[in-house]
Amino acid sequence: MLKTSEIAPRFPIMQNKTLILVIRYLFMILLAFLLFGVILLISGKDPLKSYADIFTYTLGSAYGFSEVLVAMIPMLFTALAVALPARVGLINVGGEGQLYIGAAFATFGALTFSSLPAWLLLPIMIILGMAGGAMWAFIPGYLKSIGLVNETITTLLLNPVAPKIIGFLIFGFWHSPMDTVKTPNFVAAARLPTFFGTRIHLGLVIGFILLALFWLFMKYTRWGLEMRAIGNNAQAARRNGIPLKKYLIVVMCTGGAIAGLAGMSQVSGFYGVLLLNFSLSLGYMGFMVSWMAGGEPLGIVLMSFVVSVIITGGNLLQLTRGVPYSVINLLLAFTLFVVLARPSLFRGKKS
Amino acid sequence: MTLLAILGVISSAIFSGTSLLYTTLGEVIGERSGIVNLGLEGVLLVSASSGFAVTSITGNPWLGILVAVLAGGLMNMILGYLVITRKANQLASGLALMFFGFGLSALIGKSFVGTKINSLPRLLIPGLEGLPRLYTSLFKFDPLIYLVIPIAFLVWWLLFRTRWGLGLRAVGENADTAYASGRNPHLIRYQALFIGGMLAGLGAAQLAIAYAMNWTEYMTAGRGFIAVALVIFSRWHPLRAIVGALIFSAAVAFQLLLQSSGVQISPFLLDTIPYLLTLIVLIAWGGNRKHSAPASLGRVYQGSE
Amino acid sequence: MLKPHSTSNSYLNAVTMRGITKAFSGVLANDNIDLDIYASEVHALLGENGAGKSTLMKILYGFYRLDSGQIFADEQPVMILSPHDALAIKIGMVFQDFSLIPALSVMENLALFLPKLPAVLDVKGINNHIREVSERYGLDVNPEALVSQLSIGELQKVEILKLLLADARLLILDEPTRVLAPHEVQALFKVIDSLKKDGYAIVLITHKLKEVLECADRITVLRNGKVAGTLLRSDATEEGLISLMFEKKLGTPTVTHKKVSPEMVSPLLVFRDASTHAEGLEISLTAIDLRVNPGEIVGVAGVSGNGQKELGELAMGLIRCSQGKKFIFGKDFTEKSVQEVRMSGVAFIPENPLTMSIAPFMTVLQNMAITRTKKYAKRGGLSMDWQAVRGDIDRSTQKLGFSFPLYIPARSLSGGNLQRMVVARELIDEPRLIIASYLTRGLDVQSAIAARQALVQARDNGAGVLLISEDLEELFALSDWLVVLYAGKIVGTFRPAETNVYEIGHLMTGSEVEHAEN
Repeated sequence: MLKTSEIAPRFPIMQNKTLILVIRYLFMILLAFLLFGVILLISGKDPLKSYADIFTYTLGSAYGFSEVLVAMIPMLFTALAVALPARVGLINVGGEGQLYIGAAFATFGALTFSSLPAWLLLPIMIILGMAGGAMWAFIPGYLKSIGLVNETITTLLLNPVAPKIIGFLIFGFWHSPMDTVKTPNFVAAARLPTFFGTRIHLGLVIGFILLALFWLFMKYTRWGLEMRAIGNNAQAARRNGIPLKKYLIVVMCTGGAIAGLAGMSQVSGFYGVLLLNFSLSLGYMGFMVSWMAGGEPLGIVLMSFVVSVIITGGNLLQLTRGVPYSVINLLLAFTLFVVLARPSLFRGKKS
Repeated sequence: MTLLAILGVISSAIFSGTSLLYTTLGEVIGERSGIVNLGLEGVLLVSASSGFAVTSITGNPWLGILVAVLAGGLMNMILGYLVITRKANQLASGLALMFFGFGLSALIGKSFVGTKINSLPRLLIPGLEGLPRLYTSLFKFDPLIYLVIPIAFLVWWLLFRTRWGLGLRAVGENADTAYASGRNPHLIRYQALFIGGMLAGLGAAQLAIAYAMNWTEYMTAGRGFIAVALVIFSRWHPLRAIVGALIFSAAVAFQLLLQSSGVQISPFLLDTIPYLLTLIVLIAWGGNRKHSAPASLGRVYQGSE
Repeated sequence: MLKPHSTSNSYLNAVTMRGITKAFSGVLANDNIDLDIYASEVHALLGENGAGKSTLMKILYGFYRLDSGQIFADEQPVMILSPHDALAIKIGMVFQDFSLIPALSVMENLALFLPKLPAVLDVKGINNHIREVSERYGLDVNPEALVSQLSIGELQKVEILKLLLADARLLILDEPTRVLAPHEVQALFKVIDSLKKDGYAIVLITHKLKEVLECADRITVLRNGKVAGTLLRSDATEEGLISLMFEKKLGTPTVTHKKVSPEMVSPLLVFRDASTHAEGLEISLTAIDLRVNPGEIVGVAGVSGNGQKELGELAMGLIRCSQGKKFIFGKDFTEKSVQEVRMSGVAFIPENPLTMSIAPFMTVLQNMAITRTKKYAKRGGLSMDWQAVRGDIDRSTQKLGFSFPLYIPARSLSGGNLQRMVVARELIDEPRLIIASYLTRGLDVQSAIAARQALVQARDNGAGVLLISEDLEELFALSDWLVVLYAGKIVGTFRPAETNVYEIGHLMTGSEVEHAEN
């Protein structure tokens, strides 16, 4: 999305590509907010007051800001789960399912090994979460590598299956005595630690680390180079001796593993329990974030931040102004629409 | 496992499967022209909520159906604009439309949660009047249910027996060739999306106005995604979609049947049947040209000068 | 779009092209060409690779626009700016890669292009119409069959039917027999004959002499973009045509080649009775027996489209033998993967670098490294030794005398620079076996000389080269052995000094050679 280009101080400011890009994105976000404001007006709410509320809460208060960060955490993972396979040309829309299965595996760990200390239990849960997500992504990856079925379709199809499996597991085996839709609360050792008394948990750190690793990996390592070659021109890469099939499967599974980690971090860090349908389209939001960010790690951080602000603000609007939560989907949708429609600002240039 | 129970399953499958079938038919048309709509869930919700709202306000269910149908067509036009004119990524656009639908339908439906409406009349299948009331109550269907199979045949006829349908299928396979034959791929895709959207709207109308007769958020319960799977399962053929819709919607009803005969299979697992079946079909028929997806499905047509 | 003054009947009597000139990036593909096409006649357009035949016909079909010249249909000047215009004046073309839709039936594919199709399809009526026309000309195809199930011969019939149903009267067939089996070729000739008798004009683009002599009424030979000669069939002989097609003299070779003494050396590459089974529009190779020894350049001559691409890919392991064996460096490599072939020291310079061997959006520097990532990996792969890459590039480019920018995306390189980049990359490691496909295509003279020099250098150092080329001059200058590929078979093996252009020309065009081969 944003490339660091040299800024020559003598050049007039409008010729600076980066600045133009930033202005363009700001304009698009402004447009989205405008559209949403219209909706608010129609439904009888004061848009200006609503926006003011959103901003003072999310960016103005320390607690509000922390909530934004909390909402960001799973999206960092699910967006990365899309961005990594995208480097070899794979379209992974299966983040939703992969995170559920990852959560399920992690829950298994939490419930079975509940007597272990945290420094053992948490890494076990992390590994389990990744294993679950990887497993869920394996079938689509394999089918794609043998050229049988498109991975977009297979990952999409497996998405609704995962929460049903979770339902089956909870209902049949794991449910707490009082509640049939969720497991008993995790023991303290199974919870990712939080910071400063907020709900921000270790997942944030893990997410940032993973994104940084991703950036370093693609830029410096041999495998990152080979992956980019595949993404550029898969047939040429094959001709040049790069093992195409192996990469497709491994990368797809790694993407799944990362999405699985999202699931683990949600049940362990955020909820402390596995409940039915806990993902509010997190996987799909991750897809949108990665897509808007052009698959770049920095962009992913920025975009998930923006989306989190919107979501957290939406929660607030629901509480204070009686606007149904799902209306925040409108603002999200408008932002996406505007990005998708690529309005041209300056002499019809397209990005 | 009494006869009544079995008939109950069939009746339930028909009631609940009709909206699924309408939606699937609409998506078949859209995908045959090369466009996949991941936002169907949103389209359904907006159609359902607006149709329900109008029915509640005017007291006229037919008016509500009309509005729902139009709403579906219009929602798809948004997708069309993004994907055809702005040449945006189909998956991302579909998902954006889905979020849009979630939000808009919640807004529209907010004041109508829990209201009652005048619904459509339910008519008994002709010839069954002599049966005891217990049975006949199972087979009193609303007009939209009676219409769905003829409409499925109409869609088949449209796609395979008309000039327009031929052009549409050509666009979905190879837009360049279609262009070379003097057709306008962009226009054809818009048309396909509009008609497809109207059918989805019809399905939503049947669900909200005729069947459930109420409105709740997310009431479509994933039908949009099931329809996308169903399109694949029926290998993009409107008549196979009839069978598929029956099978898929029967899965839920089937669970009750199993329970009544003492078999305990988790309803959750049963719900996965549509998707797993589709996956199996894909794997089994994956290499077969005849049953594969329209060749240009998902690809952006750049257009030529 | 200008339509000619309306002709009262639907017949097209004559199409005339005068002074047609067309250049691509400064290279003249057609140079002031005159051509006359008449109804009830088969006009063969004969010529080698790059002679300009395809370009000329694509201009007639509206695919390209001429730079200068005029086209007349029935003595009325016409402007053909698109295939629509061409069809409007009843000119149709069947391309080498068919444009049918596999998932639809024959009838549906044809109906798509029918000019007057009613809104509701009359399936029976259309099928009958198709059967009528196809029976009349021997183009029997089942209208209800799916195109994906048809053989290549049948696909071609459908393409011709498509033109007939769209009311074309002048049919241009571009290398129609390239992918046909012998009996299918005969069937095609019968079709052409019956069309001719019904007043159609047919232009046959080909390089195969036998076919021309069997079926053409009028022959125009193109060479290097110009008309080398136009004659009637009655005046044409094989010898005469070949002398028109190929330049009489070859320029003095700029690179000398070494005579290799036949010692007992272990060959680098051996094909033993290797055959491949081709899908679709590819060519099947049949019973290939080929050997490349160390210190040898084996040149493969032939008109492109006779199996050259497949031969290169077979050598590299991208396609597998359905029969026979392949040995590299003495070991059985028949079942081995591309990776293994490359890692054992085989380099590959494919024919279309942009689509076949580079990552377009990565920089040149990165592209230079992707064939040998293991070698440049530091710390087990965690980082890449870019200095070493640059060092290797410097060495290679100095030796070759090439230079190209390193830090720009590869796709911004010109075609010539791209080829230079690939050559430099492949030769860095001093490979023992080099498969080079169309090495100097698109290169300017200097770079071409340097590239050839590089191959010769490699050969002098003991490497073996399989050089696939369409440039006879180059082949004669560089090869130690010369092999001719025609329709997927090797039809001749020679020492360059013991043969000449005409003999090779004969073999390249499928005609027999009088004297015995060595």
